[in-house]
Amino acid sequence: MSQTATMSGSAPTTTPIAGTEPRGPKPKPFFTPKKIMLYTTLVFFSLYFLFPLYVMLVTSFKTMPEIRFGNIFAFPGQINFDAWVKAWTSACTGLTCEGLAPGFWNSVRITIPSTIVSIFIAAVNGYALVNWRFKGSEIFFSILIFGSFIPYQVFLYPLVMITRELGIFGTLQAVIIVHTIFGMPILTLLFRNYFASLPVELFKAARVDGAGFWRIFFEIMLPMSLPIFVVALILQVTGIWNDFLFGVVFAGTQNLPMTVQLNNIVNSVQGVKEYNVNMAATLLTGLVPLVIYFISGKLFVRGIAAGAVKG
Amino acid sequence: MADTAVHTGEGAGQAARPSLLNRIFLHNLSGKIAAVPMMATVLIVFIGCTIWTIYFSFTNSRLLPTGSFVGLDQYERLFSTSRWNVSVTNLVTYGVFSLVFTLGFGFLLAVLMDQKIRFESAFRTIMLYPFALSFIVTGLVWQWIMNPTLGLQGTMRNLGWENFTFDWIANSRMVLFALLIAGLWQGVGFCMILMLAGLRGVDEEIWKAARVDGIPTWRTYISVVLPMMRGVLVTAVVLIGSGIVRLYDLVVALTNGGPGISSEVPAKYVYNYMFSGGNIGQGLAAATMMLLTVLIIMVPWAYLEFGGRGRR
Repeated sequence: MSQTATMSGSAPTTTPIAGTEPRGPKPKPFFTPKKIMLYTTLVFFSLYFLFPLYVMLVTSFKTMPEIRFGNIFAFPGQINFDAWVKAWTSACTGLTCEGLAPGFWNSVRITIPSTIVSIFIAAVNGYALVNWRFKGSEIFFSILIFGSFIPYQVFLYPLVMITRELGIFGTLQAVIIVHTIFGMPILTLLFRNYFASLPVELFKAARVDGAGFWRIFFEIMLPMSLPIFVVALILQVTGIWNDFLFGVVFAGTQNLPMTVQLNNIVNSVQGVKEYNVNMAATLLTGLVPLVIYFISGKLFVRGIAAGAVKG
Repeated sequence: MADTAVHTGEGAGQAARPSLLNRIFLHNLSGKIAAVPMMATVLIVFIGCTIWTIYFSFTNSRLLPTGSFVGLDQYERLFSTSRWNVSVTNLVTYGVFSLVFTLGFGFLLAVLMDQKIRFESAFRTIMLYPFALSFIVTGLVWQWIMNPTLGLQGTMRNLGWENFTFDWIANSRMVLFALLIAGLWQGVGFCMILMLAGLRGVDEEIWKAARVDGIPTWRTYISVVLPMMRGVLVTAVVLIGSGIVRLYDLVVALTNGGPGISSEVPAKYVYNYMFSGGNIGQGLAAATMMLLTVLIIMVPWAYLEFGGRGRR
């Protein structure tokens, strides 16, 4: 329904090229009251959005006395990396004092395989749904999309039982499977819509030439779908990295992802609160998605817009 | 839907009608194998687990889901537990405010962004970056900002505003608005992007016509453009709505349900009863209520979107 909207959303206004008819009234001076109000509002909102990032940054570079006696806006007297080092190596979660590093590596070990497995399965699935339909495939797909709106809490306990039955509860495999399951609706939709937009003739020609299911997938479809793979990659890496619920339920105490570790550190009731360490840890956890966001730019927007526009 | 005509696959039914076994399993075997993960997910997880959860919500299971059938006992208990009632009230309050403000600010910002402004991509980057962050990060940052002694309130008081008060996370009557500030910070940019896509999808001719008729810009936005964006609006409402029902991480990080139980939400209730309260039946009943809520929201939407007229 809103496919076109998605597309136009990712492409910002192209300023009309010289030669097209002039539009609108005569150019006005830049500082009209309307313009001033417009930009003031935008800047006001921007400050609201930027404020937490600023606070995180300055707090993480301060020392605890500075925090206690200073104010939240103030710049650190001198840039001090102690809090960052402590957050990474030795912050305490109440039981252990290993910092965020183990959480970071757990998140890496969860995110990489989950991303690969979920994208591969969804891509093949989307391809089958477009080019190799069978009776009932659309019904399954509809339920899949509908199911993605059901709260995870409904599936949580049965999935715990199933993974326990399979003997993988509390291991990396369990988290990977759960991420694959719950990433499937959105990713399948993404790939299905993308493959459906490719010309059917290509597929038919390959069929005539005798290529089979996998050969067409790997040699024709995959090479043409790099952009959608990048979108899916961004979507999954940020989504899985930011996950909290599945990590805390399925990963087991040895594999807790970074978000869980972070929450345990910051909200641990024992010990003196070290806000600079907390903020450094928070920034460290947010760093991976932020870097992806800033690098990917428009693709990120396209990913979430594509992800958003279901059906 | 799901018409048998396989236009693109291997032309069904060219040859003589294949045997039943052949039709169910062997025909288009690769396609079916490729769809096995989807079918398993749908059958085992989305259908199987849902039925399991509903079924066991009628039992008195405690540490293990083995209890005997007790009818609606768990639900009676659920609705006589003040913690659950507080959770539901909180979710409704938060949900209404969150929906209204996210849509309102999202639309406002999208309109502002649509005025052929300079630095559009910079503004967009700034407004959307929180969406890349997890709710845990969001919650913890705002927890620090709203820290009554050392955060914004303490700072402002030190600077001379002795009566400046911003202790919402410690104030049971305001704590939901603390959640709201953090939630909006994370989600408004995303709504703005959706709305902006909707605005950009409106035909330029509409604008020309409105201009010719001398309709003021704001009026055109409200009365002409907004109704034309129905698809995007519905999508936004459904997405924001299903996000609200799931609200969990943000609460855990920002307030952990406190002060007292004043910011508890249903998702947290479910988790606590299932995994730390050792009362599975109760947790499952709560989960079933969450499911019911979503169905009440989703079924009319699905009916409007896909029912009636043929799909797509």
